[in-house]
Amino acid sequence: MAVKKFMYVNRKAPYGSIYALESLEVVLIGAAFDQDVSLAFIGDGVYELTKGQNTEAIGQKNFSPTYSALGDYDVNKIYVEKESLEERGLTLDDLQHLVWEDEDDDWAEKDSIRLVSRAELADVMAEQDICLSF
Amino acid sequence: MASIEVNGKQFEVDEEGYLANLNEWEPAVGEAMAAAEDQVLTDEHWDIINFLREYYEEYQIAPAVRVLTKAVGKRLGKEKGNSKYLYELFPYGPGKQACKYAGLPKPTGCV
Amino acid sequence: MTLLHTVNKSPFESNTFDTCLGYAKDGSTVLLIEDGVYAATTGTSAAEKIKNASGVTFAVLGPDLQARGLEGKLADGIKVVDYEGFVNLVAEHDSVQSWL
Repeated sequence: MAVKKFMYVNRKAPYGSIYALESLEVVLIGAAFDQDVSLAFIGDGVYELTKGQNTEAIGQKNFSPTYSALGDYDVNKIYVEKESLEERGLTLDDLQHLVWEDEDDDWAEKDSIRLVSRAELADVMAEQDICLSF
Repeated sequence: MASIEVNGKQFEVDEEGYLANLNEWEPAVGEAMAAAEDQVLTDEHWDIINFLREYYEEYQIAPAVRVLTKAVGKRLGKEKGNSKYLYELFPYGPGKQACKYAGLPKPTGCV
Repeated sequence: MTLLHTVNKSPFESNTFDTCLGYAKDGSTVLLIEDGVYAATTGTSAAEKIKNASGVTFAVLGPDLQARGLEGKLADGIKVVDYEGFVNLVAEHDSVQSWL
């Protein structure tokens, strides 16, 4: 099977709707097919990655810890759009620190998140074979 | 919903035998589920089951087999980090069977 | 007549919050719930609008703020309430307008 470039585009805040969780599940399932996977977080999608989420009082499952497992699934290209963060008064420090371990580099921990401008992300998006939007 | 009885206590399970409530799990439940499938759990089995529970606790998902294999290799040694070893321990599939005994839901994407 | 307005949509995703502000009169309260809580966080244009809306009281539902990891980002002048506080607000106002 030829390897294709897949990009999952996340645009929705978590908990208010099911999109964020559904996207994450599709990514995990899709990761089994050894494709070239990347994730983009734009608009309210950047809220999916905030650290310190605690859903105890709203009675929903807190799925934010699962983003930290993406590195294990070889999903290590996570693009976060700069403009979307800024509009929301957020910086990278407000987001979880996502890393992956490079097997070819003695399991060195490397950053998964790449902060990019809208224009840069548009270029990356244009290189994809398939974009799935959530 | 179906349930199984372990040491006089009832535990709810789904139609495939997975524990309904993760927090109710205790080692005896894993033993009973294994016994029902003619499996005896050794220390080697428990290494994997405990690993799965820790993984779930941290990431809120049961890992895919590929992820499990890699992680076991890293943690328990290269000779255990392969699917042959894991399938010998859990012939019905390490993801499926070990997750069940660990009281976890079936791994995402596992059919 | 005093109204309690609730907003449950992100101000970035829909104009619900802006529409609500246009209808919130002096003496009324706007309670931000679910994805509406994003309007209550610092550094957003929504928080700026809240600051400028004198005469209107703003509150946010704490559990929804915590769920989203944004407790530390709450803008000034917004009261945090729990579920009991939500019920009290409903009781204190003459009626409730739920903007969806």
